[in-house]
Amino acid sequence: MAELAASVSAYRRLVGGRIRADWQYRTAFVVFMLGQALAMTADLGAVGLVFANVDALAGWTGTEVVFLFATSGVSFALADMLVSPVEKVAGHLKAGTFDTFLVRPVGALWQLCGTEFELRRIGRLLQPVVVLAIAVRLLDVDWTPARVLLVAVSLVSGACIFGGIWVLTSSIAFWTVETQEIANSFTYGGSQLTSYPIDVLGAWLRRLAVFVVPLASVSYLPACALLAKPMPFDLPRGAAWTGPAVALLVCLLARAVWREAIRHHRSTGS
Amino acid sequence: MTSSPLISLTDVAKSFTVYERAGRVRRRRRTVHAVDHVSFRVEAGSTVGYIGPNGAGKSTTIKMLIGILVPTSGEVRVGGLDPSRDRVTVARRIGVVFGQRSQLWWDLPLRDSFDLLRHIYRVPAARHAATLEELIERLDLGAFLTTPVRQLSLGQRMRGELVAALLHEPPILFLDEPTIGLDLVSKEVVRSFLAELNRDRGTTVLLTTHDLVDVERLCQRLLVIDRGRVIEDSTVDDVKARYGTERTLVVDLVEPRGPLEVPGATVVRTDGPRQWLRFARDAHTAASLLAEVTATAAVRDVTIEEPAIDDVVRRIYATAPR
Repeated sequence: MAELAASVSAYRRLVGGRIRADWQYRTAFVVFMLGQALAMTADLGAVGLVFANVDALAGWTGTEVVFLFATSGVSFALADMLVSPVEKVAGHLKAGTFDTFLVRPVGALWQLCGTEFELRRIGRLLQPVVVLAIAVRLLDVDWTPARVLLVAVSLVSGACIFGGIWVLTSSIAFWTVETQEIANSFTYGGSQLTSYPIDVLGAWLRRLAVFVVPLASVSYLPACALLAKPMPFDLPRGAAWTGPAVALLVCLLARAVWREAIRHHRSTGS
Repeated sequence: MTSSPLISLTDVAKSFTVYERAGRVRRRRRTVHAVDHVSFRVEAGSTVGYIGPNGAGKSTTIKMLIGILVPTSGEVRVGGLDPSRDRVTVARRIGVVFGQRSQLWWDLPLRDSFDLLRHIYRVPAARHAATLEELIERLDLGAFLTTPVRQLSLGQRMRGELVAALLHEPPILFLDEPTIGLDLVSKEVVRSFLAELNRDRGTTVLLTTHDLVDVERLCQRLLVIDRGRVIEDSTVDDVKARYGTERTLVVDLVEPRGPLEVPGATVVRTDGPRQWLRFARDAHTAASLLAEVTATAAVRDVTIEEPAIDDVVRRIYATAPR
């Protein structure tokens, strides 16, 4: 526990250092944020277009789809901000700077995510948060504490699952060189997948999303429970709460693979 | 001092499998023995120069000592610990400087890098302040503490790297080519700092280098590695005495003339009135040789050159079994 606290503290300092460093390039930061804001408006516009033309998508009303879109979006953006810096590992391996992390008494993953933290990614978080707030107000749901908790838990679990997948896919960099494309097809692809009711997907993809890459538990299953939709594959209602368990499993798997990756690195050194 | 050495390698080997292209698609597997059964010990407080040609296995050895690489076989101990198993504990006891890559934060002032390292190594604030103050003074960093690292000259940056590696007061310092690319003044700053560090704090220093002046100025002991094997391990003086058996007498003649013919010596170079005569240390004294020279020609001035360590090491490589 003390070890974890020390790692978190070192991580926080590294993030602070990175923000101070990036502040020297504040024009670039502002331009990027403006770009993000534009992209965000375009995104919202696209959602608006969907609603204008489709009253219901696979039995879901427009607002319900937006809610789903936003919960998945918040989870994804959290992971994008906090964990996606791990994909920079490929560059550090190539430049040999990854070894610098390994001679310090803090876990390499903490150092990597702290060093490569980018505050500007917060732009990607703002959009789904705003959309989620609007959707929550518009939805005809009685917000009991349990339901609020369910949303909070699934947001965090979702972020952990996306984060875990990021670590898993980035670990490939230790064995091959160019990996970002593979990693992105899982993470960004996964974010696309969870943004719509999976009922619009074919049965095969649906099974994949629920059971194999368990992204459905990020937002879809909790949304089904909250909005009184039928559960896919006749799963019990309780499946809506599987998020934390799935997140734990994904994170444990990611940790094991990351450690194996480091072990591999330390035996080949290349 | 205890009998167990601070650093020890026992029969350590490290081999890599590399794949070479053989034809369009086929690849050929080849095993490279980067470090081939190396054993040596380093006592606390000593300074050791680890030298060898490129690809000899120097960096691989250092990487095994600092826990970045796990040896294929053999035993590595640093402060009694196995660096590949107790990486984090060992990390607190060692300082590492890579001459070719920085551990400083490029876009931050030097001072901020030092502060981040304080949190990474969890050094108490008061302790950190005292150590930092001393290091800043010794390395004369005060003038550029607030300059972003990317704007520092290589010499300034290397001084910063030394501070970064020593803030947690490690008893052992590993340096991989610390003077590479530095100008003469910066090299000298680095060398005298390391010599002081060893003398005043008793810090054990192991460094790899291609600049043998580093070794001559800093190291009591010389380890020469070639093709993954240690081919020489002794004190710098001893190596010079054994391999540097030839000295050079430099004479400035009054009149330029053809190469002198003196028994027991050969003229290796002439430059106007100046001639260089090489002779064996055990066969002649400089005085007897000089007497022979003055018998043939009028001499204005004379100096004696001791063997340069470069020549010594060149001879070690040359005599190594292939």
